Amino acid sequence: MAKLATLLGFGAILLALPHALSFSQQEILVFLTINVLLVASYRLLTLTGEWSLGHVVIMGVGAYASALLSKRLGIYVPAAMLLGAVTAAMIALALSFPLFRMKGFYFLIGSFAAGEIIRLLWKRFRDPFGGPKGIKKIDPMPDFDIGIYAFDFFEPISYYYFALAVVGVSLWVMWRIERSPVGLTFHAVHWQDRLAEASGVNVRAYRTLAFVLASGFAGLSGALLAHYIGTINPNSFDVEQMVFVLTWTIVGGTATFYGPILGCVVLTILNEIVLREAGFEQMRPLIYGLILILSVLFMPKGLESLVRGAFSGRNARKNSAGETEAME
Amino acid sequence: MSPPVLEIDNLTMRFGGLTAIDRLSFKVERGAIHGLIGPNGAGKTTTFNVVSGFYKPTGGEVRLRGETISGLRMFEVARRGVVRTFQHSTLFAELTVLENVLIGTHMSFPPNIFAAMAGVDKANRRAARARAEEALEFFGLSGLSDELAGDLPHGHQRALGMAVALAARPDVVLLDEPFTGMNPEETRRMMELMVKLRNTGVTILLVEHDMHAIMGLCDRITCMSFGRLLAEGNPQEIRHHPDVIEAYLGGARHVA
Ligand SMILES: Nc1ncnc2c1ncn2[C@@H]1O[C@H](COP(=O)(O)OP(=O)(O)O)[C@@H](O)[C@H]1O
Ligand SMILES: [Mg+2]
Repeated sequence: MAKLATLLGFGAILLALPHALSFSQQEILVFLTINVLLVASYRLLTLTGEWSLGHVVIMGVGAYASALLSKRLGIYVPAAMLLGAVTAAMIALALSFPLFRMKGFYFLIGSFAAGEIIRLLWKRFRDPFGGPKGIKKIDPMPDFDIGIYAFDFFEPISYYYFALAVVGVSLWVMWRIERSPVGLTFHAVHWQDRLAEASGVNVRAYRTLAFVLASGFAGLSGALLAHYIGTINPNSFDVEQMVFVLTWTIVGGTATFYGPILGCVVLTILNEIVLREAGFEQMRPLIYGLILILSVLFMPKGLESLVRGAFSGRNARKNSAGETEAME
Repeated sequence: MSPPVLEIDNLTMRFGGLTAIDRLSFKVERGAIHGLIGPNGAGKTTTFNVVSGFYKPTGGEVRLRGETISGLRMFEVARRGVVRTFQHSTLFAELTVLENVLIGTHMSFPPNIFAAMAGVDKANRRAARARAEEALEFFGLSGLSDELAGDLPHGHQRALGMAVALAARPDVVLLDEPFTGMNPEETRRMMELMVKLRNTGVTILLVEHDMHAIMGLCDRITCMSFGRLLAEGNPQEIRHHPDVIEAYLGGARHVA
């Protein structure tokens, strides 16, 4: 019951939040909401132990697919968004065949290469991807009315509520997956894939499953982005964006579900309030790099470890990132 | 006599120039406790690695109930009923004891993501949990369910490794030096459990350095040296086999 009350209180804050913000802050809030989904999906991917550098490009696949499906085929935008997510998941499934022949460092590099190839295809094929200029005038969400609230997507606040609902449901689904036997198996594959396989776990299939699911949610975040900003191009999903995702994830920590989300929220607030106000906006990549290094050095278990320290004992989920024993 | 459950037939495993297993053949009878012994580096662990599907053999084959299983992947071998433990405590150190054993129930109660999301897999989860608790109970680990596996003392880790394997209800279990790190009292208890297990119909293939345990437990023993079959027989025969004594002690009287 206390849990439910906390959740309701938290929900109320999230609903009230935009009313306390300026127009431009509301816009940032929309991006933040979308990025929370992106970074949470990235954690799902890392659950089985592999880190990808192609995740932002997969997000882009969802964005491009949803934009094109609505623009070219006139598909209703929310349906196009779902199809965008499905497309991202399917592309990830296809990529999993070459990628999961590799592990660790090679997987990292392989995923980066795969992402760059996709970006190259976007640049190269003007039809349908629009080349380097990308896609403009992407259909906005059509306005609708749910009785208690009329969505007017010209307003960031409406899009925020819409994104909040989509992201909220997505996080809930990811949370349920992680707490299920499937999620336990993901952890097992991560920590000791040999023992998992000796227990009958099809390790490759589980790695693929995590990758495909994570990519689907990343694709959904991309679709949310595309229909909000209305224009996307290959550089919207470049390696700089990927570095941001990595930074949020590492600064937040990956041992808990909320770690990367915390990293994303805290760094975004830092970025928008401190950097932008102080006029350091141009130096964002540099400062992010610095934060990344400092946090690896001085807070290797992430922001989440501070929260866990505060609630010490409660909700503890093992955080020892120690290497598992090597094959004899 | 019923046909052997496991047949190792002319098995060869080479790593570059090194021949770790050299045309090794032996059979394991259903329901037996079968010992595999030999000096360090003889190729016992490598044999387990081939039988369990971790390596593809260079030559020869492994048959389970007459079906060739060599060349299958490890999870496919496991799904046919052959489950192994590892020489060094290989556990999910970051997961709890209960969670470790729950992974052991993976084959009997395969997770289903759609059922999990819809929340209709409650019965499955309950059954898996009951099975896991039963396995913990069997190995005397019940009180430790919520401990992290990595925090357990060594003897308990060995026992947990066996509990993970046994939670899968295998037909054949391959145990690689299960008594290492156990004190004599723990070893004695484990030996009793092995016998209890065998009496439930599980076939046990056991690699172990503790000769007292091996001689006390095994119905049959295969001794290998430098990858080759050296001798095979019941404990009495092996204990007095001149080649075995030679290989182990370079001429001393007894193996045990
Ligand atoms: N993956 C491997 N690569 C190269 N050599 C190996 C590998 N695995 C085992 N060996 C070698 O094979 C031989 C047998 O090793 P092993 O099966 O571990 O012996 P045992 O378990 O009987 O002590 C040793 O000489 C070992 O160094
Ligand atoms: Mg060995």
